[in-house]
Amino acid sequence: MSSSQAVPATHLREPDPYKLGRAPYHGGSGHGHGEPPGHGAGGPASKRVIVGYGFWIFLLSDIVMFSGFFAAHAVLQDATAGGPSGKDLFDLSRVAIETGLLLASSFTCGMAAVATEARSHLWTQVFLLVTGLLGLGFLIMEAQEFAAMIAEGAGPQRSAFLSSFFAVVGCHGLHVTAGLLWLGTMMAQIFVKGFRPNILRRLLCFNLFWHALDIIWVALFTIVYLIGAGA
Amino acid sequence: MSADTNHDSESGDVAPGVEGTSIRAGVQGYLIGLGLAVLLTAASFYTAGSGWIWGPGIPVALVVLAIAQIGVHLAFFLHITTAPDNTNNVLALAFGVLIVALVVGGSIWIMGHVNHNMMPMQEMLQMQR
Repeated sequence: MSSSQAVPATHLREPDPYKLGRAPYHGGSGHGHGEPPGHGAGGPASKRVIVGYGFWIFLLSDIVMFSGFFAAHAVLQDATAGGPSGKDLFDLSRVAIETGLLLASSFTCGMAAVATEARSHLWTQVFLLVTGLLGLGFLIMEAQEFAAMIAEGAGPQRSAFLSSFFAVVGCHGLHVTAGLLWLGTMMAQIFVKGFRPNILRRLLCFNLFWHALDIIWVALFTIVYLIGAGA
Repeated sequence: MSADTNHDSESGDVAPGVEGTSIRAGVQGYLIGLGLAVLLTAASFYTAGSGWIWGPGIPVALVVLAIAQIGVHLAFFLHITTAPDNTNNVLALAFGVLIVALVVGGSIWIMGHVNHNMMPMQEMLQMQR
């Protein structure tokens, strides 16, 4: 039942829905500008796309580094050397508040990106400021937690379990600290230089960084705190 | 420099973290992501705190919830999509996930066996006498 007598093969095909430029279909009227060619034929991608991709690779390498800390912690979770375990130390309501703060800051960071997209100076700065304050609140709570643990003799030198705990949570805290410094410089740059293309690219990278920190925190509060407090 | 921005707005390329054009759609996406993330976080803390799941199954449930939440964050906050212009980002992510799985899974697996095969401390002390 083949009806392939007069219909050319190109007309049976979808007119390249994803604009990959592989279909030999050139629009209906034949003016020469039907479907645009794919990205391969359109020259290199815009700088913004390339910068975003490169920063995404960096973030993934950062996550791979964190996976080493996570593996160490998972292996050393029971090596308490007679000292306190996660069940004795972790205050889950405090962890829940920290989680809420970081999640809210991730959301306001996204709102700042939307405001930037709308080219609103005021709202971008407001949302970035809120993001920074929420991140600062998270850091303060974490510092208090660390100080309390060290004060009751459960510092990183107490056991292998606590060493790995302070390493993985502290490394995330250092990342948040670096993110806050970056946030401050971004706010200053927007204030002084405005929405120039290079500033917009930096903002994009900062957004990616801040959201990635929240992703790491999701793994952290699940594996270190919730499973650690239950086991 | 203005040519650069024009190129950005006209090309269909999307980097991770790049917003859509409409404010409403952007806010909506983040709100959906926030809602799902809050739900999954609350479910995690509730599962850990209460005994509604069989005890040994709690870690599994928590890991599943965490992976779901990471997926929500990737989709709604980092804007990793299945669109063909996102292929590079997805491929890089897949490679990252592979390495993380190898490092974490491999460590737990190997160290678990090493622990299991280690001589108990009592016997070791007796042999040293």
